[in-house]
Amino acid sequence: MSDTVQPSHPVGQRVPMIDGPDKITGRANYTADLPAIGALAGKILRSSEGHAEVAEIDAGAAEAMPGVIAIVTGADCDKTFGVLPVAMHEYPLARDRVRYRGEPIAAVAAIDDATALAALAKIKVTYKPLPTYYKAREAIAPDAMDLHEKRPGNIERLTEFDLGEVDAGFAAADLVREDTYQCAEVCQVQIETHAALADYDVERDQLTVHCSTQVPFYVHLMLARCLDMPKGRIHVVKPHVGGGFGCRTETLNVELICAMLARKAGGAVRIVLTREETFITHRGRPETEIRMKIGLTKEGRITAVECESLQRGGAYSGYGIVTNLYSGSLLYALYDIKSVRYTGTRALTNTPPCGAMRGHGTVNIRFAFEALLDTMAGELGLDPFAVRRANLLKAPTFTENDLMVKSYGLPECLDWVEEASAWQPRKGTLPSGRGLGMACSHYVSGASKPVHWTGEPHAVVNLKLDFDGAIVLLTGAAEIGQGSSTVLAQCVAEVMGLDMSRIRVVASDSRVTPKDNGSYSSRVTFMVGNAAIEAAENLKGILIEAAARKLDAQPQDIECLGEVYRAASQDRGIDYEAVVSAALEDTGTITTKGTFSTIPESHGGKKYRGAAIGGTMGFSYAAQVVEVTVDPDTADVKIEKVWVAHDCGFALNPLTVEGQVQGSVWMGMGQAMSEETRFHDGMPVTANMLDYRVPTIVESPDIEVKIIESIDPNGPFGAKEAGEGSLSGFPGAVANAVADALGVRMTELPITPDRLMAAIETYEKEQRARRGAA
Amino acid sequence: MASKTHVTTTVNGDEHQYLCEPTQTLVDVLRNELELTGTKEGCSTGDCGACSVMVDGVLVCSCLTLAVETDGKSVETIEGMAGGGELTPLQRNFLELNGLQCGICTPGILIAAKALLDRNPDPTESEIRFWLAGNLCRCTGYDKIIRSVLAAAEEMRGN
Repeated sequence: MSDTVQPSHPVGQRVPMIDGPDKITGRANYTADLPAIGALAGKILRSSEGHAEVAEIDAGAAEAMPGVIAIVTGADCDKTFGVLPVAMHEYPLARDRVRYRGEPIAAVAAIDDATALAALAKIKVTYKPLPTYYKAREAIAPDAMDLHEKRPGNIERLTEFDLGEVDAGFAAADLVREDTYQCAEVCQVQIETHAALADYDVERDQLTVHCSTQVPFYVHLMLARCLDMPKGRIHVVKPHVGGGFGCRTETLNVELICAMLARKAGGAVRIVLTREETFITHRGRPETEIRMKIGLTKEGRITAVECESLQRGGAYSGYGIVTNLYSGSLLYALYDIKSVRYTGTRALTNTPPCGAMRGHGTVNIRFAFEALLDTMAGELGLDPFAVRRANLLKAPTFTENDLMVKSYGLPECLDWVEEASAWQPRKGTLPSGRGLGMACSHYVSGASKPVHWTGEPHAVVNLKLDFDGAIVLLTGAAEIGQGSSTVLAQCVAEVMGLDMSRIRVVASDSRVTPKDNGSYSSRVTFMVGNAAIEAAENLKGILIEAAARKLDAQPQDIECLGEVYRAASQDRGIDYEAVVSAALEDTGTITTKGTFSTIPESHGGKKYRGAAIGGTMGFSYAAQVVEVTVDPDTADVKIEKVWVAHDCGFALNPLTVEGQVQGSVWMGMGQAMSEETRFHDGMPVTANMLDYRVPTIVESPDIEVKIIESIDPNGPFGAKEAGEGSLSGFPGAVANAVADALGVRMTELPITPDRLMAAIETYEKEQRARRGAA
Repeated sequence: MASKTHVTTTVNGDEHQYLCEPTQTLVDVLRNELELTGTKEGCSTGDCGACSVMVDGVLVCSCLTLAVETDGKSVETIEGMAGGGELTPLQRNFLELNGLQCGICTPGILIAAKALLDRNPDPTESEIRFWLAGNLCRCTGYDKIIRSVLAAAEEMRGN
């Protein structure tokens, strides 16, 4: 028997996602799909003002309507919420004051949508308008009124650091350049609109909430806080989730409002937001103005960097402090840079709150950096690849701001994209209107210090083994389409040597799964993956002991072949199910646990306030080349092809890694080329999928992915993150490609035809003036 | 409230009779009256294509179609795609080639792709792109969707 049995090795294989069959048959239930007989329809009344005192809310006429079961307003909850313990300034429903158009004011639960909407129309709100600030500079002007008492000057956070020898670095440079870059605000636009289903059990005073979240644990905490309920009386479940990209990495008002309605109605209420409401809930990437200054030697060594950024954060804090800190700290850890001066200002404005969008905090800064570096390389007559290679890190190392780098596949990424794109023979020889550009990027594999620091391990996984031989993997990690459940099952199957079909994953149900901080900052594969491996090792240890008893051998002599356990000296062993039965004999159902904690060296530094942000167990690295064709008459940019190499340490599942890298590059393309949330007097004018301009399949390029495996010493089987690091390279790479094609340097995103046309006209005017002067 | 209209629609081969408001959309009826929640609603304005279904062989956005318009007609949704426990080549290739991630756009894309292959069994990559331009996906960057459709078409042609 055992001669033919080999352990399964699903890790490193192209494994289809284990929840795929549900998704391709229509069986997968998202929050809006969950059966809920008798659930009331919840609808939200939103502010028509950008900034105003709420003088009065008269809901009398609405309450009197037949079919209206419950109405809640700000008076029903005096507790604030927010993802950062130091910045909880938001009420589920505005009290006394609204700070952006569309902010929730009241909500209705009624027998159906039509009744709920009719009731909303009958609620009378009296506003006393206040001055509005829709731009960051208006909000931080000296005479502006404060949006929040605790944030004087409308500054959420001013982050400043000055590390190394910045002035000396610029003095030693052969070329110093600075430029200003503008990045429009963008939004996640996941295809599933936000939804929540809350069910309040009156007799037991218990609440169950299903919702479209990336962070069920954080939702749990905020439900307890805002509803003033013991945490143990709340049950949070994350069903299938239709994309996240960061807008669901904090508790949203929809979940809290739905629960408030359910409690007041004494039953079940479902809220499914419209697309417009989902845009208004926002939590996207802030509009950002960046002044970037770099010093280079004539060989291309970076001597110093100075960066000022101003983010329009929106009306509430959200993750804002962290966004602002990432923007500064991740100037490090991609290249070997010693001296950086950073001033980051996060402003509070009367626009929907921004959040932690994919590539959190890094994308706009990376665009500015890679674009300026390219400009300067051109001035020095250096190849963009040569400039990057002149500034490579050597792992293992710590950066000047104390970020730990243990594995570093950027050199291999550069080599591959250069070769695959035929950069050297083609660069500089392409016809006018066609161009090549490149850029590099990186991202963390989870924040080493979580926002809710409790001293607990960063991840816990439980495995349950019972009479049927199935291994049930219990995890709080939120599967949101990125494939986390699949990769965790692969890790366990690999350790056990078993086929994937032996593993069942139960994810994100607070009654049964261990707490997990959630799916954000690309933490799951690294942290939860390691915990899953440890839990599986513990389980395998128990089975080996049982096999040893059965085979009358020493545990150290037992060889695990997955479906067969045998003593090393024997040819025949006993099969897995017999081993399981033996293991269960004395104990019954077996549960093992694995945990993962980050190591203190990875926690970032203390050189400035907030220096822990950026600290991670492992950075992913990426390089990409973008090829474009620009129509000189229309200024329309066509992305011909992208070559991207991503160092994910080790590809646990190359199939899904490719999908993540392609999705990242593509989302970077959307931001770089067409996407933008725009407001007219605080009124969102792009809050639909047509005007917002998500790229369609027609304008989406072929994205060729090369996986680079640097084998991180601490990663699960050497793996690091795969789902964010490639995003932030695209905007810089495409701007550099446009410059190669036309000579025009774009410093503003998105590179829409109207913006590019204006830049071309300015450029041609300058060229003519220069020729005239000569 | 206006009186309800009696409608008879064949959905995935089964005849359904139901009462609906004249203003009710097809996606609303499919999801809330017939409990066929495989068809998703992403925008309600015809921009995202998540609600794509076939009505008498024509690909439509069910959020822009009134349920009463389907009286006497035949509707195909994702629930009707796999029969007898067998996945279709389209479904299997989407699964095996990772033509999906979060899956919320997937039913619409599968229906739209089927509509294409029904009329053009050997589409070029460019034809696939233009046909699927009304279906937004936010996860994949579309590359693996293209590969999945091409592979399914090839398999269905018996190559």
